[in-house]
Amino acid sequence: MRLPALATACTGLVGLALALIFFYAPTDADQGFSQRIFYFHVPIALTSYACFGWGAWKALRYLRTRDERADLESYVAIHQGVIFGALTLVTGSIWAKASWGVWWSWSENELVLFLVLFLFYCAYFMLRFSVDAGPARANMSAVYALFGVVLIPVSFLAIRLSQKFIHPVVFNSHGPQMTNAQFFVFCVSFAAVLTLFATLYQVELAGKRLDAHVRELRELLT
Amino acid sequence: MTYAGDVAALARKDLLLELRAKETLPSMLLFVIAALTIFHFALPRGTSHAAALGLLWAALIFTALLGLTRAFVAEREQGMFDALVLAPCDRSAIWLGKALAVLAFLVAAEVVALPAFAAFFSGVDGRTVAAVALADIGIATVGTLFGAMAVAGRARELLLPLLFLPMAIPIVAAGVGGYLWFLAGYDAIFAVLSWAAFEYVVAET
Repeated sequence: MRLPALATACTGLVGLALALIFFYAPTDADQGFSQRIFYFHVPIALTSYACFGWGAWKALRYLRTRDERADLESYVAIHQGVIFGALTLVTGSIWAKASWGVWWSWSENELVLFLVLFLFYCAYFMLRFSVDAGPARANMSAVYALFGVVLIPVSFLAIRLSQKFIHPVVFNSHGPQMTNAQFFVFCVSFAAVLTLFATLYQVELAGKRLDAHVRELRELLT
Repeated sequence: MTYAGDVAALARKDLLLELRAKETLPSMLLFVIAALTIFHFALPRGTSHAAALGLLWAALIFTALLGLTRAFVAEREQGMFDALVLAPCDRSAIWLGKALAVLAFLVAAEVVALPAFAAFFSGVDGRTVAAVALADIGIATVGTLFGAMAVAGRARELLLPLLFLPMAIPIVAAGVGGYLWFLAGYDAIFAVLSWAAFEYVVAET
């Protein structure tokens, strides 16, 4: 079973990342201590994109192979993505409050994009739970998940067109604008959050599979 | 029959139904005029043209939603969907026919709404008209696909706004700014995607 190993690795990495963030990463000259939330906020946001991407990939797999497992995997990935997306909104709000003095800033493109995506993917659950389980539901969920990944760049462009750009640009075409120490901490932190996603994904998947298995057994008995 | 023939027959069926029953279009027209009237009272006196224009977009999106909610009701209530899926035509033709009918309703509603807006608030320029026309295509294509999804569920009328509004945010964001190239790109991307995806939405297996 891969899950215990994954969970151990996840605990270790998250612990290491926390230690590095609070004791090793240099304090930002401009923003001070509060800049450390960067090491949570950005990895969580990127992981959330990874979840949505993974969910869409599994959706595509489902539409091609008609494998029920792919449908469940797509659902679980998007479920995790929405959780990480909510965390992105929360950490982004806290950072905005600490560094700009407001809880919400419409001129922060990434945050607005997350709001749009959050709304979009919350509707995914409404769709999924209002249709009876079966191939029709799996098809619709898959189509909706695929629309989601296309909506990400489209929304981002639309939001960028519609407003000014004040979000600190950490990654640009000249590579990451960070010192080596900062970049190292960021990478560890990103790896930790990605492993956390992988662990949670496996846990939820195992639970859901067990659930389906129990239901099958019960149907056989009655 | 050819593909174009199928599409034309399906769109004609929807327009004929509307012509006889007169259910959707009159309610869309009344809704958009009532919404503009509400906006007149909601806005402070002497509001800028930009603020009023933004509300025009809000009114158009909600009016479109009203039309889209009704789009597949007849199919579901009278069991037409099964017959359509069984019909010997490409399933994407069902989507294209319905999208064309929805587009016709939208255009008809806006032919009334835009002059009404010009009379109530301030004039509309050519750029706005072009943006609205391009936005209509995007609304009709995505909205028809999501409308077909929403009627399959138990929540129906409740579900469509939740599914559709996040997709409409880029349309409004670009439409208010008058970015025609963006709207054209949106139409192209999502028209192809909806056209390809519709088959999966109506298939029961």
